[in-house]
Amino acid sequence: MDFVVAQFLTGLASASSLFLVASGLSIIFGVSRIVNFAHGSFYMLGAYLGWTFVTNLPYGHLGFWGGVLAATVAVGLIGVAIEIVLLRRIYAAPELFQLLATFGVVLVVQDLTLAIWGPQDLLGPRAPGLRGAVEILGQRFPRYELLLIVVGPVVLGLLWLLFHRTRWGTLVRAATQDREMVGALGVDQKLLFTSVFFLGACLAGLGGALQLPREPVTLAMDLSIIADAFVVVVVGGMGSIAGAYLAALLIAELQAFMLVAPPFTVLGIEIVLSKMTLIPSFIVMAVVLIVRPYGLLGRPMAHARAVTGMIEPVVRPAPRELKLVGLATLAVLLLAPLAAGDYGLIVLTEIVIFVLFAASLHFIMGPGGMVSFGHAAYFGLGAYGAALAVKHFAAPMSVALILAPLAAGLGGVLFGWFVVRLSGVYLAMLTLAFAQIVWSIAFQWVEVTGGDNGILGVWPAEWASNAYAFYYLALVLCVAGALLLRRIIYAPLGYALRAGRDSPLRAEAIGIPVARIQWAAFTCAALFAGLAGGLFAFSKGSVFPTYVSIPRSVDALMMVLLGGVQTISGPIVGAIVYAGLHEQLSRLTDYWRLILGLAIIVLVLAFPQGIAGAAQRWWYRGKGEVA
Amino acid sequence: MTVLEVTHLSKAFGGLQAVADVSFTLAAGELLALIGPNGAGKSTCFNLLNGQLKPDSGTVRFEGRDITGLKPRQIWRLGIGRTFQITATFASMTVRENVQMALLSYHRQLAQFWRPASTFHREEADKLLAQVGMLDQADRACGVLAYGDLKRVELAVALANAPRLLLMDEPTAGMAPKERVELMALTREVVRQRNIAVLFTEHDMDVVFGHADRIIVLNRGRLIAQGRPEDVRADPRVQEIYLGAGGYA
Repeated sequence: MDFVVAQFLTGLASASSLFLVASGLSIIFGVSRIVNFAHGSFYMLGAYLGWTFVTNLPYGHLGFWGGVLAATVAVGLIGVAIEIVLLRRIYAAPELFQLLATFGVVLVVQDLTLAIWGPQDLLGPRAPGLRGAVEILGQRFPRYELLLIVVGPVVLGLLWLLFHRTRWGTLVRAATQDREMVGALGVDQKLLFTSVFFLGACLAGLGGALQLPREPVTLAMDLSIIADAFVVVVVGGMGSIAGAYLAALLIAELQAFMLVAPPFTVLGIEIVLSKMTLIPSFIVMAVVLIVRPYGLLGRPMAHARAVTGMIEPVVRPAPRELKLVGLATLAVLLLAPLAAGDYGLIVLTEIVIFVLFAASLHFIMGPGGMVSFGHAAYFGLGAYGAALAVKHFAAPMSVALILAPLAAGLGGVLFGWFVVRLSGVYLAMLTLAFAQIVWSIAFQWVEVTGGDNGILGVWPAEWASNAYAFYYLALVLCVAGALLLRRIIYAPLGYALRAGRDSPLRAEAIGIPVARIQWAAFTCAALFAGLAGGLFAFSKGSVFPTYVSIPRSVDALMMVLLGGVQTISGPIVGAIVYAGLHEQLSRLTDYWRLILGLAIIVLVLAFPQGIAGAAQRWWYRGKGEVA
Repeated sequence: MTVLEVTHLSKAFGGLQAVADVSFTLAAGELLALIGPNGAGKSTCFNLLNGQLKPDSGTVRFEGRDITGLKPRQIWRLGIGRTFQITATFASMTVRENVQMALLSYHRQLAQFWRPASTFHREEADKLLAQVGMLDQADRACGVLAYGDLKRVELAVALANAPRLLLMDEPTAGMAPKERVELMALTREVVRQRNIAVLFTEHDMDVVFGHADRIIVLNRGRLIAQGRPEDVRADPRVQEIYLGAGGYA
């Protein structure tokens, strides 16, 4: 019993930290409708800045709390700078581009942090007067945790007062419900948005700074907190602060108790819950979204825009010129190995694999209108499927390459069933959550997946072990896969998918089972992503959890968006440009994230329709036709 | 022959009784108009019939079969077509492809993933488009059509499953007066040929009294009058609603 109380208190303390970050994210989303990927970066900056302030100020109450406060305000100001310089320009852009732009910020912040504070973990000082532990029912419990337990509800209370007792708060709540209306009433929107962003960034900064006495400050803090924060916001209901606290409590308590749960066996597999703490939050999210699609305390959004936010142009058969360009590209890819050296061949192999990966994401994003933020899940399932088959069953490459898409397809069947029940931002968040489940299994189930060390020795069969042979194998499979996907887009199945995207109401009214068609498409996309993942595993000879990580999912999104969602050749162009760029950058400079991040931001600002999309418009404008 | 039989249909939203104990029938080849002032429950009644909403009580029978509470796509499969108040077409497809889409669904070919969709049922689609006078625009994108033309496309799409009953929610809303008359004349001609029963809601009284065979009048969720246009026009309760309340029409 005592032990249960201690665990419960630990959960409460974690809930407070989670709530600080999530509430800021939720407030920002509520007003600006921007899902701020960079919110985790604010949290990380809060911790780093807090460390700098606290260690440089004289130790004592003033030095510590003054440092925390200074870090909080500093992060708030950084948030304001980002809002004014970047986000203001893209409030009207499609949600997806906003998400990408803020991911660009994540990359930039990552490298800047690395440049300023270095790669080593930093240890913060203990809070003065709150060192050591107190005895609660015979269990020792850290004093600092008790403080954190109080912080969450106090901030919740202060936010409530702010939103319900001040004019500014009333405006924010009004804007959360209907921002056009608030604008029409003559409220200065710019100032409102900027101040909201300041508050949200401050909360994240405070959350980060308060972590100092609890855990070391690391460069991985941003992405690890953002996934949890997304889950909390989605479970609580986007824009609902009380919901965020409720969800943070639910998830933190679940994790606290799982840490001490005894192992048990299901179907002969020993399940060690304490090693799978990342999974429950995502399962909670999946369940909540199914039962209450808008979160525990959330309400349906006033006007949900289509995620891509544009009127979709008519899909017409490719003009003859484009087919010729396609053939020329294929010819180049066929002949390229003659000119490419060993290194070039590796890059080429990667590019053709990414073409299939991007094409599979485009299939559900373009014709399907389902923006997946976790497509790496299926790439990773394919890669791990192949690697595990080789490692544990000594399967030959041919068998492993059949198992890879099957494993990913199974994942697609399972996750897709949930995913197609939602739409828009919620759908994107759910796909991200599923990808994080797969990632956490790869990362935490060390006995099977090797954890962070991955699985090594996944080499191709004898006949394909030569780099040239493997390149052509990858080329044949990937081009065939991409062409098959293209064929499906023009076939009745692809049309039915598009019908469900264009007008779900009309589609149902002519007997099209929209959810079932989307489910089939999702599975199909997973299947091909899995094939790409399997090939990737053999091309590298190893698999790692990074194959399933958020950046890998964003890679795929970037390729599709770079090429243009609405053009069928888009993902191919995007994959070639992006993979090439990525490769060159990481070879030229250690700060490739910074450059990539800036490139993403610039591209979002310059080409909201992607490269191929812009080219298509230019082409039809040149011919005097409206697409 | 009775195609549609609605008995004691009721639906409440919270404390508001949107549709209360409504019963009526509709025969093959008949054009039945459902009218009433704003908020009378027309749209709710419509959505109860097409499967968008489930009634609290009462039954809907189509050709003798109980279809109460079925999903929109199940209802469509039984042979009930539908047009929307605000046109809903597939903007990324051409006019012909919109009709082909409905035909593909009707012929249960949605799972086909090899043969290009544009090669399926081309002639059948063109025949339907010719019937509504849209064949010359078959290759245009639905997204760029004039509103009246979109309504015609919707009619062609609604005819794709060879329906015996057509539910039309304000078919002429948003159209110019001349277009309204043309569309209703076209609808009348098409349904006469095919012996289709039509239930439509409408605000334009010229359209209603000019084209309906029979009229039912809803007010505050209740059916207060029904009969031939001249009888309904003479009904004092109907006059009170429409004229007494400030000359609505």
